[in-house]
Amino acid sequence: MSGRRVAITGIGVTAPGGVGTKAFWDLLSHGRTATRAISTFDASGFRSRVAAEIDFDPEQSGLSPQQVRRMDRAAQLAVVSAREAVSDSGLEFVDLDPHRTGVTIGSAVGATMGLDQEYRVVSDGGRLELVDHRYATKHLYDHFVPSSFSAEVAWAVGAEGPVSVVSTGCTSGIDSVGHAVELIREGTADVVVAGATDAPISPITLACFDAIKATTPRDDDPATASRPFDRSRNGFVLGEGAAVFVLEELGAALRRGAHVYAEVAGYASRCNAFHMTGLRPDGAEMAEAIRVALDEARVDPTDVDYVNAHGSGTKQNDRHETAAFKRALGEHARRTPVSSIKSMVGHSLGAIGSIEIAASALAMEYGVVPPTANLRTPDPECDLDYVPITAREHRTDTVLSVGSGFGGFQSAIVLARPDRRTP
Amino acid sequence: MTTGVTTSAKPKVVVTGIGAAAPNGVGTHDYWSATRVGRNAIGRVTRFDPTPYPARLAGEITGFTAADHLPSRLLPQTDRMTRIALAAADWALTDAKADPASFDAYEMGVITASSSGGFEFGQNELRKLWSMGSQHVSAYQSFAWFYAVNSGQISIRNGMKGPSGVVVSDQAGGLDALAQARRQIRKGTPLILSGSIDAPICPWGWVAQLAGGRLSTVEDPERAFVPFDPDAAGHVPGEGGAILVMEDAERAVERGARAYGELAGYGATFDPAPGSGREPGLRRAAELAMADAGVAADEVDVVFADAAGVPELDRVEAEVITGLFGPRGVPVTAPKTMIGRLCSGAAPLDVATALLAIEEGLIPPTTNTSPDPGLGLDLVLHQPRPASVRTALVLARGHGGFNSAVVVRGTD
Repeated sequence: MSGRRVAITGIGVTAPGGVGTKAFWDLLSHGRTATRAISTFDASGFRSRVAAEIDFDPEQSGLSPQQVRRMDRAAQLAVVSAREAVSDSGLEFVDLDPHRTGVTIGSAVGATMGLDQEYRVVSDGGRLELVDHRYATKHLYDHFVPSSFSAEVAWAVGAEGPVSVVSTGCTSGIDSVGHAVELIREGTADVVVAGATDAPISPITLACFDAIKATTPRDDDPATASRPFDRSRNGFVLGEGAAVFVLEELGAALRRGAHVYAEVAGYASRCNAFHMTGLRPDGAEMAEAIRVALDEARVDPTDVDYVNAHGSGTKQNDRHETAAFKRALGEHARRTPVSSIKSMVGHSLGAIGSIEIAASALAMEYGVVPPTANLRTPDPECDLDYVPITAREHRTDTVLSVGSGFGGFQSAIVLARPDRRTP
Repeated sequence: MTTGVTTSAKPKVVVTGIGAAAPNGVGTHDYWSATRVGRNAIGRVTRFDPTPYPARLAGEITGFTAADHLPSRLLPQTDRMTRIALAAADWALTDAKADPASFDAYEMGVITASSSGGFEFGQNELRKLWSMGSQHVSAYQSFAWFYAVNSGQISIRNGMKGPSGVVVSDQAGGLDALAQARRQIRKGTPLILSGSIDAPICPWGWVAQLAGGRLSTVEDPERAFVPFDPDAAGHVPGEGGAILVMEDAERAVERGARAYGELAGYGATFDPAPGSGREPGLRRAAELAMADAGVAADEVDVVFADAAGVPELDRVEAEVITGLFGPRGVPVTAPKTMIGRLCSGAAPLDVATALLAIEEGLIPPTTNTSPDPGLGLDLVLHQPRPASVRTALVLARGHGGFNSAVVVRGTD
């Protein structure tokens, strides 16, 4: 071990309920929900017609007309969030050695919106099997390969070190940050602009989740449709968004007097090797990821002050996850607050892991744990303290945030106050 | 933590199994038999009628029947790339004589690259969505097309619960996956299946690749993809790649495994933003990989070139190679001229090829190209070149500015 430690020194969030980190935290700390009837296209033919959408105007958020034209919405969200993160960190371009600056961006489903729209055109509404290249946008290749997202962020921040997209389904947003931490610890990079983005609210995504009844059909009450850990939960609410961080080697960050939100102290990912979409109820593999992440962070389970849950609001996930917390944290699982912000901002697939890391860092910053909105009828199978309805003032020095995704991926990440740990 | 001089050497990571699938040979034996003698497999697209399109050639895998390798229940839920990847993973494990049942589940992981996911599966479901309606979209669409599918399916099939992942950096991603596998092995996971298989040869994938502007529209299969040639005019896309068994060297020795060689060095960089006037990052990636491996230029016995087939990119790569090794200073080869560029599958296949070259002492040729002598490359042309190969440098680049390099070294 090199002993290099990694700090979060900048945060940028573009999430449902408002653009920017301030609007995001305002929503969470007031327990408001941003789920609503889908407004961007006619969803009347679908089983699930609610989503957590962002009122996002890319030009108003600082992108040029040409950037808007060439980028899928997910890339736009990533670039806008990356710029906010760099600005928040106080780093200037002149401070950065491009060769020592990397980018890792997580995304589960890439340029889904762009691909869906382009396919509709080149196939002339599905009529042409031999799709017509003469109608394709020049930028279709950038939708074809989501690596374009990390390229856009790298150009935006001037990074010339290791640059990649991490795509492990719904844990991408944790794994992307975890990967960035490894790059800094091993000495490959000193600064990594890391996070995740997804903008999947599109007919093809609705159709595929309808087909497996993963999303909620609670179309008559969109504002309370996302109900993690509630007995009446019946599926997740699709969301969109991005969160991007400036991660720095801790010593360098302290020397330049940067504000350190948190240290990323531990990370691990494991697979359930069971089923592409199914979960065993015992939560064993997620518990193992938690155990390894805590161990890497040298944090005792009883020191976890807050658990930011995956809490997607599907029957199986919330049960699986509750079991995993009990398995990994023991009795402490019952004493520590656990909450799911997906109750407010929906499930933005690969992005949400990073958005939840942002929420975790802000919980430490403000000493406030965001609530699980819409949790009104407890489920006997989900019997932890999920911080229902209302945010809670709670001193938070150590946070565990977890994710679980299609493909069987289970990831856990630990944020801690750097001054609390002996190096 | 103490501050003493405790810099212990990093654990060695070796490749103990290869599962190759390429247009000129499916399975490592057939692939190498074809590649070592320069057998071309570029031809007119057969998977669909390419007549309406300006580019009509591809490197297609023939002779792979998924039902021969996989249980029938997996077929409706998998894209072609996943079927090939599952078979290649099996071949790699067999080659390594590594029985997953003999490992603890958490001691094995899967880290693959993808460039565009299960694009043909996605195409078919998009067509159903827009022509028939959303109720006709497959229940498998939610996971069959996304970038993580190969890692997920391979982990399920083989009961691998350790650190897993997926990296996407276009055509450089295959090397980034191998590096991530090495990283996780060094952190304590003894065995990781890594590499990449891509297979987006379908009308929708074709149109997407055409939009990239780098497909060759030359009609003659022997003149369409000619990197470093004055007539270079883009590349021919192909399908396939390689899955490798990578292991902690000591653990591999303990279980009596044979190692092809060591993944000794790695470096990755990103080009400066367009128009900045700064130098592209490929040379730095190669230098980082060589420094990581602790090898000097005169110890590199062969370079497997990225070989973009685009004049400007070929020039940049030739300058990097001559800059590092001198004019005609190292044998260079690009076996991908036989099969086309396999998206993120290309670079892991090149790593496999390099290891096979080390094993046999034979550099496979670059076919079809008549290189511009002004580029100063010692390109191994037409015929394989017998040579004592111990150390190979593999280069890969992806659209947008991704540069990755790997050094592989034979075991003594």
